[in-house]
Order: sequence, then C-alpha cells, then structure tokens
Amino acid sequence: METLDFISMAFVFMLATFIGLEVIRNVSRLLHTPLMSLTNAISAIAVVGSIIIAGEQKTTFSTILGTIAVAASVTNIVSGFLITDRMLKMFKKKETRQ
Amino acid sequence: MIAQTTQVIYLISTAFFILSLKWMSHPHTARRGVFAGIAAMGAAIAGTLLHPGIESFTWIMVAFVLGSIIGVPLSWVPLTAVPQRTALSHAFGGLAAGLVGIAEYFLWYQEGELSSFRVGALVAEVILGFVTFTGSLMAAGKLQEILPARPIIYRNQNLLNLSLFAIAIVVGIILIASPEKWYLFPIMVGLSLLFGVLLILPIGGADMPTVISLLNSYAGLSAVAMGFVLENKLLITAGALDGSSGLILSIIMCRAMNRSFTNVLFGAFGQVQAKGAVAEQRAVKSATAEDGAQILEAANLVVIVPGYGMAVAQAQHRVHDLYEQLTKRGIDVRFAIHPVAGRMPGHMNVLLAEAEIPYEKLVEMDSINPDFPQVDVALVIGANDVVNPAARHDKASPIYGMPILDVDRAKTVLAIKRSMNPGFAGIENELYYSDNTLMLFGDAKNVVGDLVKHLSGEASMH
Repeated sequence: METLDFISMAFVFMLATFIGLEVIRNVSRLLHTPLMSLTNAISAIAVVGSIIIAGEQKTTFSTILGTIAVAASVTNIVSGFLITDRMLKMFKKKETRQ
Repeated sequence: MIAQTTQVIYLISTAFFILSLKWMSHPHTARRGVFAGIAAMGAAIAGTLLHPGIESFTWIMVAFVLGSIIGVPLSWVPLTAVPQRTALSHAFGGLAAGLVGIAEYFLWYQEGELSSFRVGALVAEVILGFVTFTGSLMAAGKLQEILPARPIIYRNQNLLNLSLFAIAIVVGIILIASPEKWYLFPIMVGLSLLFGVLLILPIGGADMPTVISLLNSYAGLSAVAMGFVLENKLLITAGALDGSSGLILSIIMCRAMNRSFTNVLFGAFGQVQAKGAVAEQRAVKSATAEDGAQILEAANLVVIVPGYGMAVAQAQHRVHDLYEQLTKRGIDVRFAIHPVAGRMPGHMNVLLAEAEIPYEKLVEMDSINPDFPQVDVALVIGANDVVNPAARHDKASPIYGMPILDVDRAKTVLAIKRSMNPGFAGIENELYYSDNTLMLFGDAKNVVGDLVKHLSGEASMH
C-alpha cells in the first residue's frame, strides 16, 4: 500500500516539475526578480503542514515548533505577495499621454 | 467528507498556482498572476483549516498575526535591498520545513509509527530545510554587508564541507535503516545547519544571483519532501513548481557566467586575485562630465549598461533624468541588461522599472549585442566584468568564455567608475584602456547627476 502511495506521489512530483520547467521557461527575463519573490510566497505552502502540526497540539514540543513554522510561512506569504505586486506595478510601458 | 472537501479545494488551489506562474510570462498579465497566487494560497489555507485533527486554533491565530506583523514591513524594503529580503525569506521557508520535519519525527516516534519510507522523506525535508535556513541567512548577511561579502576561504575547505555533508547523509541513511535511533536526528539537524553556513562562506557577492536561485530551488524541494512526508499532493506540486523555477534561474545564471554549479559552489571565485594582472601601468583617458554631456548630445543611439555599481550608488533615478534629457532631444536610448548584472536575477530590470524607465527599453544581452557597432555612445554605469572584452579572447583570463556585452564595439564608450580598482574577479578590465573609451571618475549618482545638469543647462540656452 505504502509503495503505491509513493509511486502516485512520485508521479505528481514528476509531472509538476515538467509543468514548472515549461511554465518558468516562458517567464520574461524582465520579471525574474518578481518571479523569485512570487515563488518565495508559493513555497510557503509549507504553511499547510505547519498548520496541522500547530493545530493538532499533540505535544507542547510539536505545538511550539508548529507555531514557529506557521509564523515563518505566513511571513513569507504576506511579504512575498505584497512585494511582488509592488514591483510589478512599476513595470510600465512608455506613457502614451502627451 | 471533510477530507474529500479538502482534497477538492487543494485541487483548485493547485490549478491556480500553475496559472499564477503562467501569467508571469508577460508584464501585461503578471499582476493577474499575483492574484491567482493569493487565491491559490487562500484556498490552500482554508482547506487545511478544515482538517479534522485540529484541536485548537489559538496558536495558529497567534502565528498568523505574528507572521503578518513581520511580513508587511518586510515588503516595504527599498528595491536595492530586494536580494537580501529574498534570501531572508528563503531562510524562513527552510526553517518552517525543517521544524515541521523535527516535529513529525518525534510525534511518529512516540506513536511508534515510523517507517523507513517516512523517515527517508523526513531526512530529505530536514536536511534541505536546515541547509536552506542557515545558507540563506548567510547569503542575506553577506548581501546586507553585515558579513564580509568577499569569499572566506581556508585550507581544505571543500574537503571539509563535502565530508560534513557526507556525514549528514550517512547519518540520514542509518536513520532510514533504523528509525528508532532518535538521538541521531538532532545530530543530523546540527550537521545540516553547520553545512549551510560553511557552504556560503566561500561565495562572493558576484555569485549571489546563482546562489540565491539555488537556495530558492532548495526551499521548494524541502516543501516537496514535506509533501511526501504528509502524503499531500498540493505540497508536492507547489514545491515542485518552486523547485523548477529556482533550477531554471540558476541554470540561466550559470550560463551567463560560463560556469558550472560546482564551480560556483566550490570555486571561491573572488579569490583568484591579481593572477596575470601584471601591474603594467597603462594610460586611461579620463573626461569631465561636461565632455561626457557633449558626446552624449551628439549621439543618435545611446546604450546605457547598468551594473551593481548603479544599485550601490542608488543612481537609478538620476539615470531616469538622463534618459529623459536624451530622449527629449530625439536620441534613441536603450538599456543593455546582462543576466548576472546585480545581485539577483532581474535585479537591474526592477531598479530601472522603479525609476520609471519603460520596460520595452530594457534589452537582453543576446538581442542588443549585434547592435553595438551602430551604437554611438555606450554609457557603462557601475558594470565591470560583464563588459570586459578579455572574456572573448584572453584565454588566461579567469572570466574567459563568459558571455559579455560587446560595448567595446560601440563608437565611443563612457565608463563611470569610482576608481581604477578591478572588479570582483580581481581582473584588469582592458575596456578602460581602449582608444575609444573615456573614463568618468566618481560616484555613479553624482556623475550621472552632473551629466544631467550639463545637458539641461545647455537646453535652457537654446
């Protein structure tokens, strides 16, 4: 059973990596800095695991670690999305007003 | 029932994460990408909060508030500080993954549910997480110049680093074989933390674009490993997207320097000092800002080449004024962007966008290089090794083979530089001694400001 689960997760990992490589390859080089801060926010998906550990409260130790992990992830989510948007707002075409 | 609802929400969240990155392909749709990302993350969090095992929301709420209090000001940093902010958030990402890994191990240990498969995934998560944590903290420290930005090297450094890493892996393998040896787990954590520090010590400032991209990839991969631990496909997908993004960026950076990963990580590049740089005193021609302004005014096509020096001097707004002055006269002004200019991928683009330079004026290296023979004036602002012609022909040069911007082929080169000190690789730049090069010595911000002053002064006389 466990091997089957592993194989299906490995499938997901492989397919997601290929999608990622294709999608990222098309990102304009202009936007590589915002791309990196966006993926910063996305990698804070670790918040999912952290919430479960912090919420289950099985031991004091795990609750403390989980809470710190949630705080660290939320920091990345909040600052990552905010700064990406802040940077993207600056990319303007030549003004057409005259 | 709840489990199924959560899975469906996760599925939707995954789709939005992919769309988010897809929309980043063009500045026109990029902001939509951010909103898709926020939607995806919101869905992921909402789906997780439905998890039936959650006993209390108190600490989750506390952590959310805390994270927002730290996160909001972190998004206000000046754009010149974006590389260190990025490194810092890689550190947070690694920390979260590592801590969750520790917590999971000891929970399963107590419940007696450790299997070799679970421990294998945990080992990967914890090693990646903690190496990313201390490695990124080091990188952030170097970028913020709390730590010396020059490479720190000592004898047998690579040997020590690699053995340390090997020991961490061996400890991990022993744990996989016998998951109940709990005392090995903290040892592995300690080794990973130490390895992260030692890995970044020998890396110099100019290699930061590659290293930051690599750490970005590690942060993603540690989320993937967490996904394997928790059997959560959303984590695997989002982590894989992040991992592949970091991988592509690091490959682009390495290619732009004609170097391999191993060379960046173990080469201690900034240390190859003064080798071959014979102190042959050659004459450089220097010019005043007034001369520079006159030369610029007579041009039809001007290409500005920004480098890290522009960021350090915070000169981007003056550069915008110069751009305005020149375009007002009908001069075609473009910007040539080398992929590794600055301290992270795309750094120059963001700074120039902040200074309200329209993005279609920012041209990539491969597109602008064929145009240099037609360029009247190439204005180099704080860039050095990326414009050194030695990379094309001098086989003895440490940067030989690195793709460069062919500014030396322009009719006239104006180079703004603080002094004649060589760049990060410690190599003399023969561009400065070329017949068609004029040096404008001084702080980039002041020199560009002076150029603007002369140009606007002239304008008022007409």
